[in-house]
Amino acid sequence: MSGTMDGRGVVFLGSPAFPDAARTALADTRLRTNLRRATTTIRDKRLQVTGELDDWEDLRAAGEAVKRRTLRHLDVHLLRLEESVTRAGGVVHWAADAAEANRIVTELVRATGGRDDETREVVKIKSMATQEIGLNEALAEAGIAAYETDLAELIVQLADDRPSHILVPAIHLGRAEIRDLFATEMARWGRPAPEGLTDDPAALAEAARLHLREKFLRAKVAVSGANFACADTGTVAVVESEGNGRMCLTLPETLITVMGIEKVLPSWRDLEVFLQLLPRSSTGERMNPYTSMWTGVTPGDGPRAFHLVLLDNGRSDTLADTVGRQALNCIRCSACLNVCPVYERTGGHAYGSVYPGPIGAVLTPQLVGVEHAASLPFASTLCGACYDACPVKINIPEVLTHLRAEVVEAKRAGRRLPSPEALAMKAATAVLVSPARLGYAQRAAALGGRALARRGRIGRLPGPFRGWSDSRDTPAPPTESFRTWWRKNREGEQG
Amino acid sequence: MSSRENVLGRIRAALTDVPTTESPQDVPVPRDYRRSHAEGDLVDLFAERVADYRATVVRADVTQAAEVIGRTIAGRGLTRAVVPDGFPPQWLPAGDRTWLRDDPPLGVARLDAVGAVLTTAALGIAVTGTIVLDAGPGQGRRALTLLPDYHLCVVRAEQIVGDVPEALARLDPARPLTFVSGPSATSDIELDRVEGVHGPRTLDVLILTETS
Repeated sequence: MSGTMDGRGVVFLGSPAFPDAARTALADTRLRTNLRRATTTIRDKRLQVTGELDDWEDLRAAGEAVKRRTLRHLDVHLLRLEESVTRAGGVVHWAADAAEANRIVTELVRATGGRDDETREVVKIKSMATQEIGLNEALAEAGIAAYETDLAELIVQLADDRPSHILVPAIHLGRAEIRDLFATEMARWGRPAPEGLTDDPAALAEAARLHLREKFLRAKVAVSGANFACADTGTVAVVESEGNGRMCLTLPETLITVMGIEKVLPSWRDLEVFLQLLPRSSTGERMNPYTSMWTGVTPGDGPRAFHLVLLDNGRSDTLADTVGRQALNCIRCSACLNVCPVYERTGGHAYGSVYPGPIGAVLTPQLVGVEHAASLPFASTLCGACYDACPVKINIPEVLTHLRAEVVEAKRAGRRLPSPEALAMKAATAVLVSPARLGYAQRAAALGGRALARRGRIGRLPGPFRGWSDSRDTPAPPTESFRTWWRKNREGEQG
Repeated sequence: MSSRENVLGRIRAALTDVPTTESPQDVPVPRDYRRSHAEGDLVDLFAERVADYRATVVRADVTQAAEVIGRTIAGRGLTRAVVPDGFPPQWLPAGDRTWLRDDPPLGVARLDAVGAVLTTAALGIAVTGTIVLDAGPGQGRRALTLLPDYHLCVVRAEQIVGDVPEALARLDPARPLTFVSGPSATSDIELDRVEGVHGPRTLDVLILTETS
């Protein structure tokens, strides 16, 4: 499933570029209704609980500063984390890219030994990092079944679909579709759905509970991601709602956690900032139902073996860009998705990446290289709502414009002739420096534009200008320019 | 070159803009935020916020603990529960009930079948309505509060702190920690909140106060 560039994951193979995918998504009116309802609901909840804290801006400033401290000395913090986790009885692994991380996890699962049927399956907590590297597919190739246990991830897995939102991955599906899916697909994966299953969300959640419980009770190996890991204490934290995370983190004998290298925090104390920022920004709750924290292994309580896989996969490249590195501040709350006018209309699939929305538009191109995701930095109106909502103050519009410049540079480097945009800009410069030429150009545009327009809109521009009109309608130019109008109506009047 | 050296080398090469003389502590972190957002009586606030999550909150004097616990679990139709070591025996109600000890450790199938657990807590957080378990006396290992479908958690009033920063300062990160804010829940289907997925579907919190 994951397209790879020298072993890296992130992008869904075969996805069309954003403008084409967006056009398809925009035509799906039910999807747009679902998305509008979801984003509006979460947005309102978030505003309510962040509004309760009169020092919310101070918390954001602290969160941003902790992340700056983390990234500017990332090597130091990772070495400290390695030492702390090792001292507490865990084992730390380093993975340069997706392929290596997948290999490490596969070997760890195989090494757990025991009877074959036990080692050929793992239970999984929802994890962006393992989606990014395409771990489930890699494990399947090695003959190991990976069972997603988050309700939405289970739905997406049973549907052989892709997540469309960071927080609520199955937001594009309605209850009736989910009911049908459970009724037809659950039996292929284990315990079938109960007879006479309705589309009541409580009944569907109960079906998931029963289906997954037998998997939890027999699981020998679990795979998780990590929300945070404290370098000084070696403590790893996972926040969740359903309790499937607790099941995975507590019951199996072996726990394998795959964590992006940027998730490390310098100190245990820093959690006091993020445990306030994350739930309020993400689900709009004062606190999520369950947060689990563990340090290495504890005899008699939980897994006997703990492995922490530290994943680079393009993060060190992102770090090298002093403007773009702030994207690594991201704590995956998804607040930027819910406030984005583009995401609200297109949904997550159009972004063609496990990281959708505004954060995906700045993170994906950096993780895989802008030349592999050139349309994403343009999938934004630069309205800035994402920056306002971001709990760690990632200036997404700034990174977007920075990446747009990189895309243009990369394109110019790749072609010998100047691009249509470059030619157009050059022509515009020549016209704009002379008032006489501008007047002539405006009259010509009025005639040409009105010839092209239908009902006052130009849908598709001819020739080299099509690139512009592919993603936006252009209003037809007025019959006369402002300058002509002014001369006729106002010149000589006293203000 | 090992992947470890490879990754560390790439990180160091990416950070050439950071002066070699700069240490992590040199990067300022303004901590102008409040230590606590709690206002008024902490116990009242905790009770209100826990109830916000649709957990049931009961308040009682410590001398009435056994009686109140007996009444609460009877109200749930329960006659047996797991009780971890260190749970104050004087809080256990008398009568025809079965208390299971986790010694030797109960298997997962047994825990799944038992259906109820009574525990204490490490502390409570008023602003967020959270109880924190740290596997200390009366709490047991993490599986005990996970598999049974019913959890009654006893928090003493003096264990309630105002907010998250105060809670973390009191906790020992070396212990396995579970922060519980209401019963397990999901909003994954059309954002309709459903209480009770994998964790205990019913959470009762009993707050005990001391008469002075």
